[in-house]
Amino acid sequence: MSEAAQPKRISRGGMIDRARALSFRFDDRDYTGYAGDTLASALLANGIRRVGRSFKYHRSRGVLTAGPEEPNALVELRTGDRREPNTRATVTELFAGLEARSQNRWPSLALDLGAVSSCFSPLFVAGFYYKTFMWPKSFWEKLYEPAIRRAAGLGRASGQPDPDGYEKSFGFCDVLVIGAGPAGLAAALAAARRGARVVLCEEDFLLGGRLNAERCSIDGSDAVDWVRRVEAELASFADVRILRRTSVFGLYDGTAGSHSASGTRTFGAVERVSDHLQQPPQFQPRQRLWKIVARRAVLAAGAVERTIAFGGNDRPGIMLASAVRSYVNRFAVLPGRRVAVFTSTDDGWKAAFDLSEAGASVEALIDARGEPPASLIEQLRATGARLYAGSRVVEGHGSAGLSGVTIMDSQARRTRLRVDALAVSGGWNPNLALATHTGSKPRWSERIHAFVPDVLPGGLAVAGAARGALTLREALSEGAEAGAAAAEQLGFSGAAGEQWRADEEASEVAPLWFVGESRGKAFVDFQHDVTHEDVALAAREGFRSVEHLKRYTTLGMATDQGRTSALNAHAIMSALTGRSIAELGTPGARPPCTPVAIGAFAGPHRGRHFRPTRRTAGHGWAQEQGATFIEAGDWLRAQWFAQPGESDWQATVDREVKAVRTRVGLCDVSTLGKVDIQGRDAAKFLDRVYSNVFSTLPVGKVRYGLMLREDGFVLDDGTSAHLSPDHYVMSTTTANAQRVLQHLEHARQLLWPDLDVRLASVTEQWAQYAIAGPESRRLLEQALGDALSVSNQAFPYLACAEFRWQGVPARLFRISFSGELAYELAVPAQYGDAAVRAIAAAGASLGVVPYGLESLNVMRIEKGHLTGNELNGTTTAADLGMGRLMSTRKDFIGRVLAQRPGLTDPRRPALVGVRPIDPYSPVRSGAHFLSMGEPPTLENDQGYVTSAAFSPMLNSWIALGLLSRGRERLGERIRIHDPVRSGTDVEVEVVAPVFFDPAGERLVT
Amino acid sequence: MRIPCPYCGERDVSEFAYLGDAGYVRPDPDTADAPRRYVEAVYLRDNPAGPHEELWFHSQGCRQWLQVRRDTRTHEILGLRVAGPTADPEAG
Repeated sequence: MSEAAQPKRISRGGMIDRARALSFRFDDRDYTGYAGDTLASALLANGIRRVGRSFKYHRSRGVLTAGPEEPNALVELRTGDRREPNTRATVTELFAGLEARSQNRWPSLALDLGAVSSCFSPLFVAGFYYKTFMWPKSFWEKLYEPAIRRAAGLGRASGQPDPDGYEKSFGFCDVLVIGAGPAGLAAALAAARRGARVVLCEEDFLLGGRLNAERCSIDGSDAVDWVRRVEAELASFADVRILRRTSVFGLYDGTAGSHSASGTRTFGAVERVSDHLQQPPQFQPRQRLWKIVARRAVLAAGAVERTIAFGGNDRPGIMLASAVRSYVNRFAVLPGRRVAVFTSTDDGWKAAFDLSEAGASVEALIDARGEPPASLIEQLRATGARLYAGSRVVEGHGSAGLSGVTIMDSQARRTRLRVDALAVSGGWNPNLALATHTGSKPRWSERIHAFVPDVLPGGLAVAGAARGALTLREALSEGAEAGAAAAEQLGFSGAAGEQWRADEEASEVAPLWFVGESRGKAFVDFQHDVTHEDVALAAREGFRSVEHLKRYTTLGMATDQGRTSALNAHAIMSALTGRSIAELGTPGARPPCTPVAIGAFAGPHRGRHFRPTRRTAGHGWAQEQGATFIEAGDWLRAQWFAQPGESDWQATVDREVKAVRTRVGLCDVSTLGKVDIQGRDAAKFLDRVYSNVFSTLPVGKVRYGLMLREDGFVLDDGTSAHLSPDHYVMSTTTANAQRVLQHLEHARQLLWPDLDVRLASVTEQWAQYAIAGPESRRLLEQALGDALSVSNQAFPYLACAEFRWQGVPARLFRISFSGELAYELAVPAQYGDAAVRAIAAAGASLGVVPYGLESLNVMRIEKGHLTGNELNGTTTAADLGMGRLMSTRKDFIGRVLAQRPGLTDPRRPALVGVRPIDPYSPVRSGAHFLSMGEPPTLENDQGYVTSAAFSPMLNSWIALGLLSRGRERLGERIRIHDPVRSGTDVEVEVVAPVFFDPAGERLVT
Repeated sequence: MRIPCPYCGERDVSEFAYLGDAGYVRPDPDTADAPRRYVEAVYLRDNPAGPHEELWFHSQGCRQWLQVRRDTRTHEILGLRVAGPTADPEAG
């Protein structure tokens, strides 16, 4: 591609690969850049100055910076489901085929109808949301807010699922170095040479930081050569890891004290693994979120240059002086042909020197200071630029792009200069956010007129520009010292010799925040369009603290966090209110200090991978039987087993229930929690954690138990089987398995450590199958043969046994959730698949049917058995009709507080059954009970339905619920109110909560 | 936040479950004022801004309850021992 296609490209130099031309599209036009470009540098090389429109006033905006602090050059990157809004062009690496669009303009960037809002700008002053659109009130939601959102939105999200993957990773090191500029490289090398494990994180794709952007030397040769040498030496250490394209965004809690080396901290970082590629390579994530645990850390994140607030300081073509040098020196791009420099710092002058060297005509150097250093003035001679000392730029001209500036000199004379670019240097703000994430406040430095880190979080050191040391010489020495000190504090020692020579440089900064003689809007927040007038208004209206100023004007609240200009606003507020900037302070910083995609935080945990999928041993068998699965707790369970010809799931469930109640069914109950309990005091332990007595339970028997929390409410229910002396196995509900174990371990370890008892979760170790129905005993006889006698005499209701079945250890429990004659057969999980197939085969001649969770639920509602719907944390044993299980002969967890007046109040809702008068009127759980004829108000609420189902045995809808004074109201007619889902009330009769076989005869036959 | 488990080593907080104030002592249920003492023990807990003795369960590890002294403002772990009245003296 010819140079002519990139009109602003300098013909030589730069850290770009001219052999690798890359084509890209911006706003539907094709351009070419080079490998090593950012999107911003490639656009500038192509002569594109205007890259977006501002948020409120839709003013034309161009590239301001060359780094992550960019407020203006935000684009929509990529297309389709990979479209990413508000992407900073200044840190977007150019790749072949890149597509980007400007934002916040309609219909096009050049002709933007929203720019009309500039004409109505009095409407958009600070706090305009709260003022302009307040009346009439109803218009806010319907008209104002949608209209404002449409007009003010930045980029558009794709609205589609992200097709790319994200990873999470842990990293551990002795010394974490944040930033790979001169200070960071020196720190990393000093720590590595002493033998420390080092992680070095750099946001950029190149190491070197400002060294890539400045013309400077170390030890007498080009500083870039020094960077390459250090990079090569770092790469030679086995325990040094360099993470490029990685932003450390947060400093989090540490451990300290006697249990670990004081100073260890956790950092958050995001590595942009594939953002510089068209698409992530196969099996590679787009981004990787790091949690880096570092024993010591060195913050060497450099500093961000700040702007000067003057009229029209947002014109495309006005750029920070440091950014100008980056584009000229690193990217070989000339931002303008006729340029000027406006500075209040020494290093702003370097932009004039570099621009001149690169072939631009430097028209003027405007220094607000009356007497700039003589050495700089001497150096300026060669450029032919005219020096305006003690002068200010009062206005930038050109709505589509800078066409000129008006200068006011020390005699208050105004001069208009024709320039197409202006480099601005107002001083440097250290990147200190990480040093304040644990709450410490930064300190004001009168030397560099900026906030610098003060009290540091333990384990963190700061070096170089991040600490306010702005020269290369200081960066190198501070970095080396910090890296060496970090390693030595951890006991590493050895080779020193980090002594590098850098030239003297002038680095004075004089404060210039705002040009008082400005004409037009002077911006103090480019991205949110906050002007000096908004700050003045906030001051007049009393929003004078920095936190109020921020929230009232939205200063510094955009994605760039106001890094280039918020301090200017604070300085204006300081001048208006007569308080120093130091007194005014700076708003607290919280992580993340750079935007991080939510996808990176979510990582791989999305969709089906949100949680692990847990399948039981019998999953494959259930699948072969045509199971439809449902997530229950952490598990996948069979919901029902549809057969061909069944019209809907209700038909399937009706068939399954009838088959169990008339013949025999088979259900996988492996997911219920199982806790193995052993020890001499196991029975005593069970007595204390269950409300009912277990110490009287003989070996070979099972008992139902109710477990309370210490506050007297029910925690869980289940059974415990006495398998052998001092050995029990407890079952819990599926959902509560983890919680119950935690509760039991708390009781064992904290309340009664003197008891000889040990616990282990064996939920996953045993597969368990319920065989239920009148034919279940015959099925087991066929399946078990001589392994175990299951006659009613040998193995009565609530019996249990351990035995061997075809050489495999097995357990049988005669317990029933369905209310039928039923057993649960358990085998080690690895035999679960074989066992369920053997049971099914043995039952084939008896017509055994597999049944699922839904049928189980219908049958347990028919029997009034409880699940999590009833054991919902607000019910007592008495509420659930289980008062008889509250032993009075022993102490147990929850006993004392269950006697509280509030928990024994007879008006409490109690468990009842309800049946609709019209048996086919559906009842849904969650619907509320009302007495007949009473209006549906909160005061009249009588309770609610907890579980409901259609019972094929009763040929009617049935439900369980908690009804105020329920037990006294059997036979009463009430109604069910379900305004959201059904609208019409259903009249029901209150009945006992056992609908089927109330005497329980089927259990014992 | 990382918790140095005496059995498993220093581990990420995501492996632990939090319970709260470690000052809880289960009152004697047989005294006349047991109801009042239970209400106080179950409901009236300190919630200091600063160092706090609290209970953490290493649910994804050794399943040991730990008594952790943590600064609630900074999450700094100031001390740690195996929880319970007869804690292992070596771990304390």
